[in-house]
Amino acid sequence: MDSALLHTILPELILAVGALALLMVGVFSSNGEAAGRLVGWLAIAVFVAAIIAILEQSGVSSVFESAFVSDPLTRFFKIVILVAAVLSLLLTFDDFGRIKLMLFEYPVLMILAAVGMLMMVSANDLIALYLGLELQNLALYVIAAFRRDNIRSSEAGLKYFVLSALASGLLLYGASMLYGVTGSTGYVAIAAASRVPEMASNIGLMVGLVFVLVGIAFKIAAVPFHMWTPDVYQGAPTPVTTFLASASKVAAMAMIVRFTQAALPGISGEWRQIIIFLSIASMALGAFGAIGQTDIKRLLAYSAIGHVGFALIGLAANNTEGTAGVLIYLAIYVGMTLGTFACVLAMRRNGGNVENIEDLSGLAKTDLTYASILGMLMFSLAGIPPLAGFWAKWYVFLPAIKAGLYPLAVIGVVTSVVGAFYYLRIVKIMFFDDATEAFLPRENKTSVVMGLSAAFILLFVLPYVGGTLVDAASAAAAVLAPLQTL
Amino acid sequence: MAAAGFFYLFAVLAVASGAMVILAKNPVHAVLFLILSFFNAAGLFVLLGAEFLAMLLVIVYVGAVSVLFLFVVMMLDVDFAALKAGFINNAKIGALVGGVVLAELVALFSYRGLALAPTLSAASPIPAASSGITNTQALGDIIYTKYVFFFQSAGLILLVAMIGAIVLTLKHRAGVKRQSISEQVARTAKALEVVKVPSGGSVIPAAKHPEAAE
Repeated sequence: MDSALLHTILPELILAVGALALLMVGVFSSNGEAAGRLVGWLAIAVFVAAIIAILEQSGVSSVFESAFVSDPLTRFFKIVILVAAVLSLLLTFDDFGRIKLMLFEYPVLMILAAVGMLMMVSANDLIALYLGLELQNLALYVIAAFRRDNIRSSEAGLKYFVLSALASGLLLYGASMLYGVTGSTGYVAIAAASRVPEMASNIGLMVGLVFVLVGIAFKIAAVPFHMWTPDVYQGAPTPVTTFLASASKVAAMAMIVRFTQAALPGISGEWRQIIIFLSIASMALGAFGAIGQTDIKRLLAYSAIGHVGFALIGLAANNTEGTAGVLIYLAIYVGMTLGTFACVLAMRRNGGNVENIEDLSGLAKTDLTYASILGMLMFSLAGIPPLAGFWAKWYVFLPAIKAGLYPLAVIGVVTSVVGAFYYLRIVKIMFFDDATEAFLPRENKTSVVMGLSAAFILLFVLPYVGGTLVDAASAAAAVLAPLQTL
Repeated sequence: MAAAGFFYLFAVLAVASGAMVILAKNPVHAVLFLILSFFNAAGLFVLLGAEFLAMLLVIVYVGAVSVLFLFVVMMLDVDFAALKAGFINNAKIGALVGGVVLAELVALFSYRGLALAPTLSAASPIPAASSGITNTQALGDIIYTKYVFFFQSAGLILLVAMIGAIVLTLKHRAGVKRQSISEQVARTAKALEVVKVPSGGSVIPAAKHPEAAE
């Protein structure tokens, strides 16, 4: 194997080989519970090794006949995904340990899901995209149903499996159309075909585009393909939901960014209409659907739907700043999501985890630090300055206005005001309602993730934190710039 | 002419048996129709000149997968009538949605026609019969070179499927009597005992066999 190829695929290789090695460690150790914890820590080491391998990479390279690319854009997404994977795995130990579920298969499946996500991010070919997607999905179905004795968890896994399989079918149908019309599954050849002027009205290309976007919209939970989200988020074990809401969402967004901009730059007018519709519908449903929710995980599912809508605004702008906005939005969203789900995990009473919003009542009187962090996260999710969530919205609205998408930006602002209602309701419940029974003491790992997330959203305004992220995102988005101008 | 005739024969039978898979009341019949459908699809592959895929379809899908389905259907006591109770209601909505999408696609393609991209190269992916390269060889030439990434990724997907099936179904119950080969092999001659049986007497100790003492 030549060294350039090895260097390009090293992060994925580390993860894949690491997963196989950890599988052996798990199988050959006698004590199940201890093996689970050991493999969990080793998995974190594998993730860190992969992050280091990604940081070592530079420049743009594509291997396997351009089916797999590595450039600043993929590296940005991959680092966000792997950091999310490490932190959601960290949240797993105590929660699964308590119900004797910390089996060694769980970290292994998470690594394999991460390999799939990294392949989705790097995919520059429809076959590579599909294989990466299925690798990720298959691992996620299993870990969503991981608590198999719990009917909610099994239901979540099954629902996710059936609906996701349907979406994969639609995506494959679209991919077959694109292949049939252009004669290639590679993005380079498809992009070349899409730039031929008469192809702008080609029905085969259009149908292929629509079906592939439907398939991807399902994965990012954009309206009207969001139906599975509340049930799966609520039913899956909370650490799994954390992983689904953070890493998996970023990978699917990376897929839609590269597919639209690198494979079909010639018909951007067509796909932008679809993205604008998905964006508006998601923002509206995310804002209004969450109002009536009583379960905090369901509420966060609707919040996730809304946030995908906001992130898509940047993609609809179809310029470098817009793409950079998507990257910044996703990185900040992942930071907020990890903290919020860590807070949900800390909602424990003697009978186990509680998930009702009412259970947070008067939290400020029993645990002020906890209430402050969750309150701050809610302010950030609502987009109130100077917290990170505000800057996320800032960096997607601005390019949209520059691109002349005024209605989209206005709808975005209106829905974020509506959305602020239910975020602030949680703050009100925590700080002004009567105190109820206190939660059990927080576990160290949960507190660490909560603290990291809070520090990130609070310190984002500092140039060293926010500026670094924005610079990295701009450099990453610049990779796709030559495609947009052609 | 003969090829066209065979195409329609295989295609009609494949679609008809595919429909019977979901319409058949008896699940065993459904699996048998599935096998028929696979055979017809294999016939279509032969007509396309992809005889290796045809062989794979018969060997892997008919030989292994369908037989496994048959085993599962016969072994699991699933009440298919109960499962199908809501089928008719859902089928109406499903048919409506599917019909609308189909009508839209047909209308689109008949209105505008399916034009291929001018950049499309018309090279056939299947080597000509005159080249002397067989189908199997042509596949082997690219699957481990050009498509090695896809091949390995597919392998990882199968690994995940295997781990998933084990994680979700294997139960470590206590008190289950399992065969332990290592224990059996490690047994010594002490497990057997040669005793002298006095004529007319018994060697069964009363304490070990309470039912014998009664």
